[in-house]
Formats: sequence, C-alpha cells, structure tokens
Amino acid sequence: MTDTTTAVLLPDAATQTSAPARVQERRVANRLGDGARSLVRRPGLLLAFAVLAVALVAALWPTILTSGDPYAAVPAERMQAPSAQHLFGTDQLGRDLYTRVVHGSALSLSSAALAVVFGLSTGSLVGLVAGFFGGWADSALMRFVDVLLAIPGILLSLAMITALGFGTINVAIAVGVGSVASCARIMRSQVLSVRTSDYVEAAIAGGATRWRVLVRHILPNSAAPVLVLAALDLGGAILAVSSLSFLGFGVQPPTPEWGALVAQGRDYLATAWWLTALPGLTVVATVLAANHIARSLDSERKYAR
Amino acid sequence: MPRYLLARVGQAVLVLWAAFTITFLILYALPGDAVSLLLGEDGENNLTAEQLDAVRVQYGLDLPLYQQYLNRLGGLLTGDLGMSYASNRPVADLIAEAIPQTAQIAFAGLALGVTLGAAIAIAATYTRFAWLSRLLTAIPPLGVAVPSFWLGLMLLQVVSFRYGLLPAMGNEGLASVVLPAVTLAIPNAATVAQLLNKGLESTLGQPYIETARAKGASRRRVHLRHALRNAALPTLTLAGLMVGGVLGGSVVTETVFSRAGLGRLTATSVSARDVPTVLGIVVIAAALYVVVNLIVDLVYPLVDPRVVTARRRTPIGRATAAIPTPEGAST
Amino acid sequence: MSTDRADAPLLSIRDLHVRYRTRRQVVTAVDGLSLDIHAGETVALVGESGSGKSTTAHAVVRLLPVAAEVTEGTILFEGRDLRGASRRELERVRGARIGLIPQDPSVSLNPVTRIGDQVAEVLRIHGLADARSARYRALDALADAGLDNPDLRARQYPHELSGGLRQRVLIAIATVARPALVIADEPTSALDVTVQKQILDHIEALTADADTGVLLVTHDLGVAADRAARIAVMSEGRIVEIGTPEQILTDPHHPYTRSLIAAAPSLQTATPTLISLHSAVGPASGEAAPPEVGAGAGSDHADVVVRAQGLVKDFSVPRAVEPSGVFRAVDDVSLTIRRGRTLALVGESGSGKSTTARLILRLLEPDDGTISFDGADITHLRGSALRALRHRLQVVQQNPYASLNPRLSVGQLIAEPLHSLRIGTRAERRARAVELLDHVGLPTSFAARRPLELSGGQRQRVAIARALAVNPELVVLDEPVSALDVRVQAQILDLLAGLQVDLGVSYLFISHDLAVVRQVSHTIAVMRHGRVLETGPAAQVLLRPGHAYTRELLAAIPGRDVAPAQ
Repeated sequence: MTDTTTAVLLPDAATQTSAPARVQERRVANRLGDGARSLVRRPGLLLAFAVLAVALVAALWPTILTSGDPYAAVPAERMQAPSAQHLFGTDQLGRDLYTRVVHGSALSLSSAALAVVFGLSTGSLVGLVAGFFGGWADSALMRFVDVLLAIPGILLSLAMITALGFGTINVAIAVGVGSVASCARIMRSQVLSVRTSDYVEAAIAGGATRWRVLVRHILPNSAAPVLVLAALDLGGAILAVSSLSFLGFGVQPPTPEWGALVAQGRDYLATAWWLTALPGLTVVATVLAANHIARSLDSERKYAR
Repeated sequence: MPRYLLARVGQAVLVLWAAFTITFLILYALPGDAVSLLLGEDGENNLTAEQLDAVRVQYGLDLPLYQQYLNRLGGLLTGDLGMSYASNRPVADLIAEAIPQTAQIAFAGLALGVTLGAAIAIAATYTRFAWLSRLLTAIPPLGVAVPSFWLGLMLLQVVSFRYGLLPAMGNEGLASVVLPAVTLAIPNAATVAQLLNKGLESTLGQPYIETARAKGASRRRVHLRHALRNAALPTLTLAGLMVGGVLGGSVVTETVFSRAGLGRLTATSVSARDVPTVLGIVVIAAALYVVVNLIVDLVYPLVDPRVVTARRRTPIGRATAAIPTPEGAST
Repeated sequence: MSTDRADAPLLSIRDLHVRYRTRRQVVTAVDGLSLDIHAGETVALVGESGSGKSTTAHAVVRLLPVAAEVTEGTILFEGRDLRGASRRELERVRGARIGLIPQDPSVSLNPVTRIGDQVAEVLRIHGLADARSARYRALDALADAGLDNPDLRARQYPHELSGGLRQRVLIAIATVARPALVIADEPTSALDVTVQKQILDHIEALTADADTGVLLVTHDLGVAADRAARIAVMSEGRIVEIGTPEQILTDPHHPYTRSLIAAAPSLQTATPTLISLHSAVGPASGEAAPPEVGAGAGSDHADVVVRAQGLVKDFSVPRAVEPSGVFRAVDDVSLTIRRGRTLALVGESGSGKSTTARLILRLLEPDDGTISFDGADITHLRGSALRALRHRLQVVQQNPYASLNPRLSVGQLIAEPLHSLRIGTRAERRARAVELLDHVGLPTSFAARRPLELSGGQRQRVAIARALAVNPELVVLDEPVSALDVRVQAQILDLLAGLQVDLGVSYLFISHDLAVVRQVSHTIAVMRHGRVLETGPAAQVLLRPGHAYTRELLAAIPGRDVAPAQ
C-alpha cells in the first residue's frame, strides 16, 4: 500500500522487464557481478564490510594484527598517550591497550554471536510455530511473548545473571533471552504474511501437504528477513554484552573484553581519556558496521521484490 | 465502554501476574542454592548447619517452591516485596527510596529524547536540501550504535573534567540531572527519529498526501497537518517499550554517574545476587510497562478514529519495527 | 462539447517529455506528447498500463514522484507555462484552478480527518472562504457530488464510507473551488460497474454546468467513448491517434488502436459473438448449446462435475461493525457445473463470489450445505482423500504477481502440483512442464526463468499451466484476467477457451465484469449479498435478464452506445 503512487505512475517496472531484452540479459547474466558492482558504488557499505572483517580477524587470529602479549605489563611505560609505538596508548600497569582491544574482540564477538544464535533460534522457532499452526498454539505462545516484552530486555538479562551467576557464557545466554520476544514477533508476522499469500493458497489447492507448504514455500520465503534480523541483532547484542561486562557481570580482570576495558579505564577518566575512549570507539565502529550491513541487506531485499 | 475498560484492566493485571511468575521461576527455580547466594560462600562456611537452617527459615527458603511462590504472590498483593538479602531491609522501602532519583532523569531523558528524535525526523523529511536530509538521516544510526555507558563516560570526560561545566556525580540539584538525562535521551532520540522518519517517508508516499498537494496545500501544511499525525501513530504504540528502555538504561547510566536510583539499586543487587530485590525491581518495571500500554490503548481511539473499542491486543507496528530499542539489549 | 472553438485552448501541452530514473535504468514515460483541452471539453486519454497516460496527467499539475523529471516541452494553462512555474505559483493553481480526482478512493482521503474538513480545506488554503462559510460550501459540494445526508457525512471519517462514497468526496474536493480544469485519473477503476456509472454521471454533470474542461484518464475505451468529446489513444509515451469517439471506434487508423478495440470486452455488445452462436437458445431447452465442444458429445444430458447445494458461510466480524458479530458471506447458494462447460459467477465486490469459489475448492469449510464432485459428496473430505480430490480440481487466482512463489523457477512452479501429489518421476515431471509451457503459448526456454522476469500476462499463463498440470476436470478461475491489460486479457481469454476445446475441462469462472463473462461462459449465475439472484444460459441472462439487478449490471457496462468497427 505504501507505494501505490509509484506503482501507478512508474511505467510498471514489472511489466517493463518483459520488453527490453537487455534488461533480462543483465539479470540473468550474473547476480554476483551485480552485487560486487553495487558494492563498489557504495563506499559506506564497503567500509562497513572492512570494519567487520578486521573485527573478525582480530577475534579469530589476533596475532595477525598484533604480536604483543595482552597481559605483559611494562611498568616503565605506564599511562602513555596514544603514539606510533602504542597506537591506543598504555594503561596503569603499562599494558598496550591496542593489543588488549585486539585480544578482547574474541570474547566480545563470540558472546554476542552466541547471544544472537540463542535468541534467534529460540525466538524464530516460537514465531514459526505460532505463525504456522495458529489457533491455540499461536495465542498461547504470543501471550507468553507479550509477557516477556513487558520486562525491559536488560532487566530480564540481569535476572538471568542473578540466577545463573557471572561469566561470559551466562552473559551471552542472558542477552539472548532478552531478544527472544522480539525475534518471535518478527518471525511470526513474516510467517503469517507468507502463509496467507496467494502462492501458498495455490500450493494447498495444488495438493501440497502441510509439511511441503512449510518446507518449500514458507521457510524459504521467511528466511531472508530472519537473516537480516540476525545481522541487525548482532549490533544490539554487542552493545548488550559490553554493557553487562561494563557493569562487571562478564569476564573478571585482567581478561581483556571491550566493555570490561572501558570499565577498567573509568577510574582514570580524568587523566587518561584513551583508556575509555578507544575501546568504546571500537565498539561503536563494530556495531555501526554490523547495523549498516543489516540495513543494506534489508533494503536490497525489499528492492528485489 | 466500561466493560471494555474492565476487560482491558483485567488483561493488564494478567500480564503483570505472568511477568512476576516468569521472573520468579527464573530467580528461584534455576539451579543455585539460595542460602549460599544469601550469605556468600564465606558466610556459608562460617556457619553451622543449625544456623544455616535458621537462616533458611527466616527467609522462608525451607518451604517447597510452590509455597514460596504463593507467599511471594500474597506479599505482592499487599505491597510486601520481601526482605533484601543484602541490606536486610524491606525491598519495597529500598525501591521507594530509589524511585524519585530515577524518575527525574527518566522523565527528562524521555522528554529530551522524544523532542530531539522528532525534530530530527521532521527536519530530515521537510528539508528541500538533499544533502541535509542525508546528513540528518545518518545521525540516528550513529545514536543507536553508541553504548550508553561509554557515551556517559565521554560526556563526563569532556563536560565535567575537561571544562568543568557540570558536576560529575551525585544526586544534588538540577545540574546533576543534565548529563544522565542526555545519556538516556540519545539512544531514545535515535529510536524515535528512525521510527518517525520511516513513518513520515511511507506516509508521504500515500495517495492521500497527493490529494492534499493537489488541493494546493503548501509543503508545511502537507507535512504538519497531513503527514505528521498519521506517521506519529505507530510511534505512540512504542511508548511502553520506550519507558521500559529508559528504565533499563538507568542501570548503566546511574552506575556511570554514581546516582543512587533504581538503576544503581539494580546493579548492586545483581552484584550481590540479592534475589528478592531483583524480583521486586523487575515487577515494578513490568507494572510500569503495563500501565503505560494500558494508557496508550485507552487514548489511542481518541487520536485514531479508525480504531474503535474492539482494538486488538497487539499494538500496530510493534512487530514490524525492526529497530533497536534504546538499550539494544531487547532488539 | 464542440471541438472547433476559435478561442485559445484552456490547456495546451506541447512536446512533453517525462523521464523516470530508477536505480538501474532511465525510462522515458512520456515521449513528445502534445494535446489541447478547451473549456467545457472532455478529452479522454486512453492507454494500457505503462503507456504514460497517468504520468501525463500528473505532469500537468507537476505532481510527479521524485524520480520523475519533465525534460522537455511546455504545459500552457490559462496562458501560463506550468512547467516553469514556481512552487508558489503551482500551489495557487492546484485545487483552485485545476482539480485532481485520484485513482483509488480507498487510500486517497486522510484517514484521521473528518470528511467535511477535508473538503473545506481547499477553500481555506486558497483563502476563498472563512472557516464558517467554507464549512457550508463543503456541505453544498458534498451534496452536489451526490452524497446523501451531507450533514452527517461531513462529520464522518473516511473509513466509515464505502468506496463509491469516498470517490464522491474526492469529486467534491476536486470541484469545490470551481476549477477551470478537472483531471480525473482512472476515477472509477477501483469501483464496481454500477457505482462507476453513477460516479461518471456526476463528474459529467458537475463539469458541464460550469463549462469546465476535463482530462479523463482511463484504460477503458468504452468509458472514454461514453464520456469524452475527443479520445487520445496513448502507447509507449506518445499519442498514436486522436479523434472523436466515432472516428476512433468506427475508423481507427493506427494498428494499436485497432488492436485495442478488438480486445475491449465492453465494446462488443453490438456484435455479441458468443450470443450469435447461441442463437438456438430458448427458455425451453434451458441450456445453451456449447459452441466450441464440437461434436457436443452428450451435451444434451451433459453430466455434472460439481453440484453445490445450499452453501452457507459465515465469518465472525467485530461487533462494532455488525451487532450480531456474524457476517454471512455466502447465503444458500446452489450451483451446477457441467462437464466441458463454463459456469460464470458474476457479482460486484462483496457479493460472496470468491468465497463461494473457495468453498467449492475446499479451501474453506462451509457452515451448511453440500458439495458433490462427480456424484461423490466432498463436503467433509479431509486428509489424503481431500488431497486426492486435488487431482481433479485446480485453481487459477486473480493476481499473477502474488500467486507464484518468487523463489521457484517457472518449470518448478508448473511441476509443483505433480510433485505435491507424487505424480511421475523427476524427468517425467520436467517433460510435462515443458509440454504445458507449449500448451499455454510460452517458449519452453521459460522453464528456467523466475516469475520476477515475466510480465503479468506471462505469469498468468504459468499459473494456468500449473493448474492444468494434473489434468484436472474442473479449474476454478478466480478473476483470472482482472489484473491484466485489455489486450493481454483478450489473449488469456482466447487461451482459456482454446484449452477447454482441446482438453474438455470445465471452468468455474469468477468475475465482476459481465462484459468479460459473456465472451466465455455457457451458463451465468449472478450473485449479490451472498445470494444467487439469477442463473441461466448465457444468452438468456444477457439478452432477457430476469432480475432487475442483472439489468442494472448490463446497463452499467460502458461503451454500449457506440458501435465499433467490426
């Protein structure tokens, strides 16, 4: 309904495609090539991919980016401002902050990824069952989701941590639980819109079983938005994990982790700005990149429809 | 109408009860010995078995789970949220003392956030300069990506330490409210801006906007009279989530600014694994959400004539808005 | 209504070019168009979707989407060039001097503002009245546009009004300031035929009184012929032919115009192709002789494929809408579909015809009544027995843009029912898909394509091939051509008729359009408010309708007064 005007006024893109042969050729030609070309045309997206790639490398193979030891204290080099030698400066014990941020990404990113996988798989399953089966299963599950939504996500996570205890895995699970409700809602609305679509009705009229409708029609057409959601959730999960670490519920010092690094630098806020500013900026850059990619995927998907 | 009202209030009470039950189950039924939580490992080791039992009896932990649940639920109905493990004071008192501090920054943060967010969204769609519009729509994603603990610390660093403009911490006076409120407002503003911007853009593409333009309405009239009201409606249904988000955000913000409010109480209670206090706070937050949503539901038909009393339980657009909530934790 | 006025035209478009910039290409929508409209004259702009007619109409008042751009030409209105006009100047012209009646009334009124205020706003914007008198003049305008009880209507919100009433409100908005020119952009294409006639009557009456020029944009040659002094036929951004309705319909010069006339269902009243073939009809025989099913094997006691009796379907609705909380969509409907024949179910929106189709397809459960298929009761079939029925009963839906799963290839789509019903091996299914592509007139190379790469007509052919894949005995066609342009419409109807001859398949043809129905059906059932008002052989229903409503439907078909070239 949103694009009624453009649909009316635009010389109907859908009917146009049949006419000019060159358009079709291009479409058939090579989707990958199109993707690469559009990437080059959008430097912002390219940058986002680059940032995320660096963060991933840091998490998986930190030694590529730094040869230093994140725990090696050099008392002579305490509290040094960023310089060529110490890109991010050094902390109160003389440890190189850049090295600690690089080594911290493994914990930050893996906790966030675990949270997304947990929240998304639970939430999608709930949404899928509710949307596909409808009836009492739908009302029961969605009432439950409504209740979960009534508790602010971070408080739900904190309740989980109170019960489970501190630690990175517990933080990841707690963050995942906090996102179950919204995932379930999005998955359900997606499944519902596909389930009531004309082509699913056609499949049922064509003799398809419920299972076949689910596997062949509903899942493939609901998967794309869920993947976009996963990408979007990753940014949120990184923020949530680092917030909980900042509050001291995740890793314990001296283990490096982005949120924990900011918390440790907090005591030297007045004298050594870099100890809080730079690990925080790392979080900002990573989240921004993840969100930007998610949004681009989303608009790309909508455009392709 | 009164019947509808009654049904709606009943529904709200039901949601609140369910939220309490879920939280109770998380806190009491998950593995972990309550007494060791209560006393800490050192305390546990220093006490004899009899003394431990006495403590169990004192807090009602010797009873079976369902009995504990019924006691808690009964207490809740009479306003008794139990005794804090950490401070040995009634949880209700602790929360009552903390609420005013949080209310100040939450109110200020919400007001600032909504105003700022709406201003950005309106300006971004209203401006005729493409570059300005692009710039304004680029700001909200930035606001969503910034961790609020870091934002608070940076504000402290620059405003308080470097330039000494505002006090760094504490509860005293209006000045102490400014930085925490700004910290709470920024993620909120970003969410409002993104949602309203999306709403305005889709509304401005609606045929009835073309009708308005065909009447000869000016740009301003089209935006303010026709588009804004329609675009703002979905945002209204998010009010409950936003209030919850601010409350959640206060945990980090009050820790950063060392403010003795509800958020700080939450953080210290979780650190001390003070189960009754955490349960009490969660119930209060859920109650706030439920009440705000109830108000929105009752007010909504007044602003949207299409909605009669037979409104669905699900607010429009809540499920479709794939936008990070303020804290990011509940996306 | 004369075209040979000596004075300058009200609107004079010269060499208009409009381009759209999309992400992947630049499309020329209007390509050097010139057109004059004089005061008091109605000019119809006729063309198919994508011809640029709507773009032209919007370009006049400069209400184009951001992606569109007028690259060349002049738009002279009352002596001013609107192409070069400033925003302020345009705002002064819009609403006051040029009124626009939009296409879809269901979404063209602000949902949160009262009707009266929306009409009065025009006068307030242009300073033509103070708040008080604007309100009164709005009431007058609503009454003039044919709204009963304008006092009440003015206080209502758009969602409380039906589509036809909303379009009258939009007419009131467009005419309240007494503009010199009214642009009506497909003003009735979203409305039922009977309502369409009333709406067009009102536009005509309002503009004739005030000597207003009208630019009527429509896809329907019949509508244009009924209402306009001159018709301009548009194709690919240009006017290919312009003239009086008589000239255009009786002596078309351009091949495109000719193909348009040949395809237009509403223009064929004068030469009722099917009816002439049915001339042997009489009430006594009770059944039209099927012209196509050549040897007419057993046509006199043709066996029955589907017999539905006393079907009832209720839907629960909010009590705020209907106090009983129940809406009866289908009310005691009985139908008989014969082998190798077409039963057309005709009715306006909300008549229950699609619900009836879904009941017969067993996609919905009837609340009462029975359905038998080939003599066997299928009313309560479930599970594998119901799936076995799908071998014999298939569907083609209305909207080919929504009925094909975008993730499957055309070959997969066509083979889908075979797959679902476990018919044949993989290779056999693939061969069958290719064979079917050929049947429906598509190149076999299409098997590898995705629906996104096809046009609407091509997609509908794929949907037809899919329905025929399992060799069904009955295909339910739910408005199979209403989403398509007239020329494509004609091709699809031809295809369906040909397939019936070749395969002996029966059709249940659901349609809102009697003009389309009369081309394909043997028997016609007319529905309204969930009930069947009249059933009979096509010729009988069309030539000697027994029910007043059927007569009303027939009278509302546009283009009846003009005889086309045949």
